[in-house]
Amino acid sequence: MTQTPETQSASLIKEFAPRRSFLADFQRWEWLLVLLIVVVIVANTRLSPHFLDARNISRTSSDFMELGLMMLPMAFIIITTASVDLSVASNLGMCASFMGWLFMHGVNIWVAALAALALGTLAGFLNGNLVARLKLSPLVVTLGTYAFYRGVAYVLLGDQAARGYPKAFTYIGQGRIPGTLIPFSVALFVVLAIIFGLILHRTIFGRYTFSIGNNENATLYSGVPVARVKIILFTVSGFMAALAGLVLAARFGSTRPDIGTGLELAVITAAVLGGVDINGGRGTIVGTVLSLLLIGLMRFGMGLLNIQGQVQGIVIGLLLILSILLPNIAQQISSARGVRINWRSALISLGILAVFVLFFLFFFWSRAPVIAGG
Amino acid sequence: MKHRSLLLALTTLLLVGLLVSACGSAATKAPAATEAPAATEAPATEAPAATEAPATACEGDYVLVPKNLGNPYFDTANNGAQEAAKELGITVLYQGSATADATEQITLLNSLIAQQPCGLAISANDADALVPTGQAAMDANIPVVTWDSAIAPDGRTIHINQAILHDIGAIQIQMASELAGPDGGQIAILSATSTAPNQNAWIEVMKEELEKPEYANLELVEVVYGDDDDTKSYNEAQALFTKYPDLKVIIAPTTVGIAASARAVTDAELIGKVFVTGLGTPNQMREYVKNGAAPQFALWNPSDLGYLAVYAMHALANGEITAEAGQTFEAGKLGEYTIEDDPDLGLNVLLGLPFVYNAENIDDFNW
Amino acid sequence: MTAQNPPALGTSPATRRNLLWTLVRFREAGISVFILILVVAITLRSPSFLTVDNFEDILLNISILTIVALAQAMVIITRGIDLSVSSMIGLVAMMVAFVVKEHPEMPVLFAVPLGMALGAVLGTFNGLIITFGKVPPIIATLGTLSIYRGLVFFYSQGTWINSFELPRSFKLLSKGTPLGLPNMVIIAIVVAVVVYYFLNYTRTGRDIFAVGSNPDAAQFAGIRKQRITFLVYLISGLLTGLAAVLWASRFESAQTNTGLGFELQTVAAAVIGGVSTSGGAGTVPGVLLGALLLGIIQNALPLVHISPFWQLAIQGVLILVAVVTDNLIVRRAQRTRK
Repeated sequence: MTQTPETQSASLIKEFAPRRSFLADFQRWEWLLVLLIVVVIVANTRLSPHFLDARNISRTSSDFMELGLMMLPMAFIIITTASVDLSVASNLGMCASFMGWLFMHGVNIWVAALAALALGTLAGFLNGNLVARLKLSPLVVTLGTYAFYRGVAYVLLGDQAARGYPKAFTYIGQGRIPGTLIPFSVALFVVLAIIFGLILHRTIFGRYTFSIGNNENATLYSGVPVARVKIILFTVSGFMAALAGLVLAARFGSTRPDIGTGLELAVITAAVLGGVDINGGRGTIVGTVLSLLLIGLMRFGMGLLNIQGQVQGIVIGLLLILSILLPNIAQQISSARGVRINWRSALISLGILAVFVLFFLFFFWSRAPVIAGG
Repeated sequence: MKHRSLLLALTTLLLVGLLVSACGSAATKAPAATEAPAATEAPATEAPAATEAPATACEGDYVLVPKNLGNPYFDTANNGAQEAAKELGITVLYQGSATADATEQITLLNSLIAQQPCGLAISANDADALVPTGQAAMDANIPVVTWDSAIAPDGRTIHINQAILHDIGAIQIQMASELAGPDGGQIAILSATSTAPNQNAWIEVMKEELEKPEYANLELVEVVYGDDDDTKSYNEAQALFTKYPDLKVIIAPTTVGIAASARAVTDAELIGKVFVTGLGTPNQMREYVKNGAAPQFALWNPSDLGYLAVYAMHALANGEITAEAGQTFEAGKLGEYTIEDDPDLGLNVLLGLPFVYNAENIDDFNW
Repeated sequence: MTAQNPPALGTSPATRRNLLWTLVRFREAGISVFILILVVAITLRSPSFLTVDNFEDILLNISILTIVALAQAMVIITRGIDLSVSSMIGLVAMMVAFVVKEHPEMPVLFAVPLGMALGAVLGTFNGLIITFGKVPPIIATLGTLSIYRGLVFFYSQGTWINSFELPRSFKLLSKGTPLGLPNMVIIAIVVAVVVYYFLNYTRTGRDIFAVGSNPDAAQFAGIRKQRITFLVYLISGLLTGLAAVLWASRFESAQTNTGLGFELQTVAAAVIGGVSTSGGAGTVPGVLLGALLLGIIQNALPLVHISPFWQLAIQGVLILVAVVTDNLIVRRAQRTRK
C-alpha cells in the first residue's frame, strides 16, 4: 500500500467527514435519549419506591456492563462497515470457556485470563482479515464465526463447568471500588467508554472510520489504509469481547460453555438505539452510552414493576424499530407537504390497515378460550 | 428548520406515550395470580427496617422464580404455590425470565432483590453462576430457597429436592428394565442440555444402577442430548433407531425429550419394539401411554413441589426455622418435613418418592 | 437500502453478474461433490446411514428448513435479511394450533391457507417497516424477532398445545403418505418448483435479481424497487406461515419457544447454497443443496460418534469455507477475464 502524505489525505477526508464540534455532534438524537432517560427515571420513581436506591442501582448496573463493553467497538464497526459483528457473544463464550478450561487444568487464573484475552484478540483478527482482505460481507463472516466460536466453547468445556475462581479474580465482576458503591466493572466501562469516545471523535483514526463509512472508495483513493482500519476494528472488537467474557465469568464466579448466549442482539440493539446509523458513517459514543443507560433503567424499572420478560422483549423490540421508523416517517411527512392526496395510495393504505385490524381481531378472538380456560 | 424540531418533539411525545402505555398495560396484566401490585405493597421505609427481627411475620410478597416463563411444568408448580399462598394468607408472585438463561435470570433476580420481598424460591438456570446473586439476596436478609434445580449450597439456604437423585435414577432404570422384558437389551439415554446439573447427576446414578447384577442384561449404548428442544430431541431419537436397530428402550429424563422420543417412536411405527420411558408430564404423555409408545414414566408432582417451596420459604421468613439440619416444619396437606444435610446437596428437604404414571392412573391427572 | 460494497472496480454490473452466475453454477457442482464425499465417508464408518429409511428421515427433517431457506434466499438476493422467521414460525404455529384445537370441526386443510395468511400479515408488517419506514432490514427484523416472540407468549399465556389436544388428521397433514412420500416432502418440492419458476421465468422474479444486483440501475430501468422489496418480505411471511403449519403438524405441538434460533439455520442454508449476501445472486438448486448439506451433517454426527459438542463448530467452519471459496473463485475469475 502506498502512503500518501498525511495532509493530503486529511484534507480529502474533510470533505466526507467534516469535523464537527462536540456540541454539534451532541444533537438531536442524544437530547432525545436524555429526555427519554429523564422520563423513565421520573416514571419509575413514581411507580416504585425501590427505584432510586443506590444499592439497588449499584447491583443492577453491573448486569449491563458486558453488553456495554462489547457495544463500544460495535459502534465503530457499524459506522465503518455499515454492518455488524454477530460473533461477539460467541467470542465471549469461547474466551471465558478457554480461560475456565485452562484454570481447570491447573493454570494460574491470571495467566489463563491473559491467554483468553489473546485468544479473543486473535479471533477478532481472523474476522477482520476475512472481512477486509477477502472483502467478504461482515454479516456472513461473523455468522460463520458466531457458530464456530460458540462451538469451540462447547468442545472445550462440554458438559463441565469451570468454577472455584479465586476472590481476586471474581472482584472484576463482583467487587466494588473500595469505599464506594460503584462496581469495578462499571468503572472499567466508564474508563473504556471515555477512551473509545476520544478515539472516535478526537483522533485521525476516528475520522477514518467515519470517512470509510460515508464513502469507502473515495477514502481508499485518498490514501487511507481502509483494510488495515477494518482489521484493527474487528481485532479490537475481539479483544473487548474477551474482556467482557472475563467480566461475565468473574460475575458468575464460574463458566459454562453457554455463557452469554444471545447477547449479540442486545449489543446491536444498544448501539443502534444510541443513534449509530446502521447505514454507516454516523454515530457517537455518547449516544451509545446514553442508550445503554436507557435500556438498563428501563429493564430495571420494568423488572421492579414485575413486568414479564417476554413483554420486556416486545417493548425493547418496538423501541428499536420506532427509534428509526419515527424520524423517517416524520421526515417523509414534512417533505411531502403540499402533495395532493393520491386516491390509489390512500386505498392501498386503507386496505393494509384493514388487514392488520382483521389480524388483531382474529388474534384476540382465537385466544379468547385461552383466557377463559386459564 | 422549525418544522423539523416540531416534528421531533412530536415524535418524542409519541415514543414516550407509547412506552408509558406499553408499560402501564403490561403492568396491569403481569402478575397473573395477585391482586396487589408489588410496588405499592412494601412501603419504602420498611426496607432497612426489615433487616432484623426475623421472628415477626414478614408483610411483603414472596416470589416463586421458575427457570423461565411459558413452561407448563413450572406453571403447574405455580398452581401449587398459589394454593399454599392461599392457605397461608400471603401473596406469592410468579416471576421468570423469558428464556432459560442464567444471565437473564440474574438480571431478573436483581430487580426482585431490589423490591425486598419476604422470600425467593428459585429454580436455577446455572448452579454456580447464581451463587453471587443468591448471596446478595441473603445479604439483604431475603431467605433464598431453591426448588427443582438447585443453586450451589453457598448461594441459598435450603433446597427443596423433588426426589433424591438416587430414587429418580433408580426408578428410571427399573422402569426400563420392566419394559425391556426378561431378556433385557440395548437402552439409550436422551437428556436435555449437556450443562443441566440435575440431568447429569441422574445420568450418573443410572450408570451406577446399571452395574447391579439384576440389570446385567441391560446395555447402555449411548447418551445423547436434545437440548430440551423439541426438534433436536426428535432428531436425536431418530438417529438412535437408525444407529441401533436392536434398541429396546429410550430413557428421557426430561419432559421435552420424552414426548419427542415417544412421537419419534410412533412416527417410525416402532411401537412395541422400542419403548420410551423417563420423566414426563401426564398431559404431554397421555396419548403415548395409551398407544403403547411409552407405557410408563415417572415424575414427582410439580404442584406439590411449588406448594412445599412456599411453605419452606414462609417458615424461614417468619423465623420458624433458621435453616439448620434437623429442624422440622409443617407444610399443610403434605405434612411434616425435616431439613437434612447432604454432603453434595447441602441442606435440603425431600419431597417424597417419585410417582409412576401408567395407563391405569394417567386419567386421574390433568396438568 | 444498506450501502453495500460497490461492485468491484473495473467490472460493469453486467459482467459481474455473469461471473456470479458461473460461480453459482460452479458452487452447485462443488457442493454436490462435497456432499458425495461426505456421504461416502459417513457410510464407511456407519453403514446404517445409507439406507432408504434414513434418507427419508433426512428429507423430512429438511423440508421445513428448505421452504423457509428459499424465502430467506429471495430476501437475501435483494440485499436484505429476514431474522424474524423463527418468531413468525412460533407465532403462526401457536395461533393455528389453537384454532385447530378449539375448532376440531373445521376441515384440517383450512389450516394451511390460514397459516399462510397469518404469516403474510406478519411479513407485510416487516415489509412496510422496511420499505415505507426505511428501516434497514436487519434492524427491522431484529425488532420483530423479539416482538413476534413476545406475542407468542402474550397469545398463549405460557400454555403449550400438546400432542393429545390436536386431531390426528392435523398431524397427518405433514406426515401422511398418500402419494408415497410424506406430504411435507412433497410440499417442499412443490414450493421449490414454484419458486424456481417464479425466480427464473416471471418478470417479477427477474426484477428481484435486478433490484439485488444493482438497486439504482433497477430503479432507472423502471423497476419499482420499493414494491419488489415489499413483495419479498410478504413472500417470506407467506412461506414461513406454511412452514409453521407443517411445523405444528410434524412436531404435534406448539410451544412458546417453537422455532427458537431457526433463523440462523435458514440464513446458513442459503449462504452455503451460494446465495450472495451482496445481493443479486442465488439459485433454487443451490439452496436445496445447502439445506441438504446441513441436514446430512445434523443426521450424521451422532451416527459416526462425533460428540454433539462438535456440531456447532463444524457448522460454523462449513459456512466460513463456503463463503471463502466463493470469494476466491470470484477473484480468480475476475483476474482471468482481465
